[in-house]
Amino acid sequence: MSVKSVMIVGVGGQGSLLASRILGNVLISQGFDVKVSEVHGMSQRGGSVVTYVKYGEKVYSPVVEKGEADVIISFEQLEAARWVPYLKKGGHLIVSTQMIDPMPVISGTAKYPQDIISKISDLGIDVIAVDALTKAEEAGNAKASNVVLMGVVSTKLGFDKDVWYQALEQCVPAKFLEMNKKAFELGVNC
Amino acid sequence: MKKLMLGNDAFARGLYEAGCKVVSSYPGTPSTEITEAAAKYEEIYAEWAPNEKVAMEVALGASIAGARSFCGMKHVGLNVAADPLYTASYTGVNGGMVIAVADDPGMHSSQNEQDSRHHAIASKVLMLEPSDSGECKRFVKKAFDLSEKYDTPVIVRMSTRVAHSQSSVELDDRDEKDLIKYEKNPQKFVMMPAYAKKRHVVVEERMRRLTEYAETSDLNSVEINSSRTGVITSGVAYQYAREALGDTVSYLKLGIVNPLPKRLISDFAERFDEIYVIEELDDIIETECRKLGFKVIGKEKFGYIGELSQAIIAEKMLGKTTEVLNLKEEIPVRPPVMCAGCPHRGLFYCLSKLKLNVLGDIGCYTLGASAPLNAMDATICMGASISTLHGFNKAMGEEGEKNTVAVIGDSTFMHSGMTGLVNIAYNATNSTVIILDNSITGMTGHQQNPTTGYNLKGDVASKVCLEDLCKAIGINRVRVVDPYNMAETEKAIKEELAVSEPSVIISRRPCALLKYVKHKPALRVDTDKCKSCKACLRIGCPAISIQNSKACIDHTQCVGCGICQEMCKFDSIVGGNE
Repeated sequence: MSVKSVMIVGVGGQGSLLASRILGNVLISQGFDVKVSEVHGMSQRGGSVVTYVKYGEKVYSPVVEKGEADVIISFEQLEAARWVPYLKKGGHLIVSTQMIDPMPVISGTAKYPQDIISKISDLGIDVIAVDALTKAEEAGNAKASNVVLMGVVSTKLGFDKDVWYQALEQCVPAKFLEMNKKAFELGVNC
Repeated sequence: MKKLMLGNDAFARGLYEAGCKVVSSYPGTPSTEITEAAAKYEEIYAEWAPNEKVAMEVALGASIAGARSFCGMKHVGLNVAADPLYTASYTGVNGGMVIAVADDPGMHSSQNEQDSRHHAIASKVLMLEPSDSGECKRFVKKAFDLSEKYDTPVIVRMSTRVAHSQSSVELDDRDEKDLIKYEKNPQKFVMMPAYAKKRHVVVEERMRRLTEYAETSDLNSVEINSSRTGVITSGVAYQYAREALGDTVSYLKLGIVNPLPKRLISDFAERFDEIYVIEELDDIIETECRKLGFKVIGKEKFGYIGELSQAIIAEKMLGKTTEVLNLKEEIPVRPPVMCAGCPHRGLFYCLSKLKLNVLGDIGCYTLGASAPLNAMDATICMGASISTLHGFNKAMGEEGEKNTVAVIGDSTFMHSGMTGLVNIAYNATNSTVIILDNSITGMTGHQQNPTTGYNLKGDVASKVCLEDLCKAIGINRVRVVDPYNMAETEKAIKEELAVSEPSVIISRRPCALLKYVKHKPALRVDTDKCKSCKACLRIGCPAISIQNSKACIDHTQCVGCGICQEMCKFDSIVGGNE
């Protein structure tokens, strides 16, 4: 099969590293060649962060370029807008409806764009918008939005639920496993 | 067993499997996780040294004693460790010694974009460059063998995309190594002129033998596809090229980037009508090709700046561009910011309010330079805040001394700030130095350091008392403030700037992201009391925004630090202790 590209984008601190590790574990368990490219360091501090996950028979480059992503998973609306150019024609966007003002908006030098989700849909992109934050809080922890979104993604990528659960077990501490499974299910069912 | 591993984790696995015994490093993105992962293997002794120079000397000492040893650092860290490196090249090793240096093309988390290959060339040591996690492990194991066989430290060059990308790695068992017997050998290890002159001869002969080795090493590989175009490349640039060009061109992938194999390059280049050299940052392979007489295409197409990618290569070589979907919308940038509850925020607000000159340093607090705090005038390198302050004040005199401070973190102070402070005391400027003691090395992701009381393995360790250290250096005025208390902090800064002797202010409060730090409940805004004056926005807290013209606090981010309450004249921010 040709190489598939997934991007996980959001704001530093939202948990995109964990999401990419769960996804990476799922894909490697399915026998794919996988590359996951992460961001560490300075830009993690509340900046715009992006993680690339690529899989297929043989993956070379660990990064995804404009027009190459099959799926973008965004933890935040403005970040979805920022990374839309990376989506392939006919690609899918899964976006949490959470909005986090960046510093230029907070300090009043820029405006947070309105109606982002409908404007992205108008480009002909298949958009699934999810209130992942509320669902994560419902599961027991606001920080589990990332796992809610993994639940949503699982419905797009296929693979048995057991496979996702195994990846969850490998990636989250045992004491948070039940809460994360609940968050995952809430994502699957939305 | 196959496992998905970060390049840095795979590197550490290579250390483990190669029987490495002693690891000493200083954290630096993107190299940090190598040492963190190595520390998880019981068989490896691993430590955070106060700086890279110390780390490399520890690794060299362990090598002289006969152990396989390692030190890791980011590209700029190798500048700090350059002194031992250049002479370790002369002494050579006893047990194998491997050095990781992680370059950061694109400057994701760095102050410059230097190409570490220059250090390998200048110090005349072998340098390998892996292109994915599997190669990280394989190259590290090979590096130890080559280090012992050719009696040289070996540098393994990483880059951000190799260090911080995961790909699959095959795991093997550890090959436990006994210490190689230590025998006194001053002619080899005492580098005074008479002995060093003889060692330089050895170094040149070693470079000749290493070049010969590189000609046939399996670390370099050739893939012949087309007879028209040949691509010479290395590291992650190979992965970009392979993805962009597939099997339409032939490849010479260099796993050894110093010394370069002249015959191998010539034999490859001769076969093709056109030769491209695809390398990130400087034109090192390209220059070698030109010296060998080949008209290659390289930097004229790809440039010297930033990262490459499959898209750049496809565009420059094939003229291919991709159709891109774009929103017709201004997308505000989202620069990194100090976290909600960051103890640096209160201190930087005071510096901003007092309109001081601030000579900064390397760490999370460099973000104090960004809007709305805008409280930094210069940031150069680790430790430079304190020494540049002294120079600034020597030049400007009292006007400088009354209006200028240095800010430096606890870990950076231990790294190379304290020598600058010795200079301030010894050569006497009335300088004011602020140590931001957040009880951890923050920016690189929470590493212990000599001021925290714990070591890399998590055990209790000797703890440097910053107050006593500063006094011992010769600073008589040392005081501690809590940066959450901005009134107290501002008063301390004003007083210390006013006095006619050097002083140190320790702004002490642990990083808000540390697990042991207990947070207060999130604050909220009483919208009836909020007058929309926006004073609370001046501290640049990412949890505070304006919604429907009133201040609003994001409860998922707020940790109840209370700095914003100090800003509000109308007591409209409530919660916390109530």
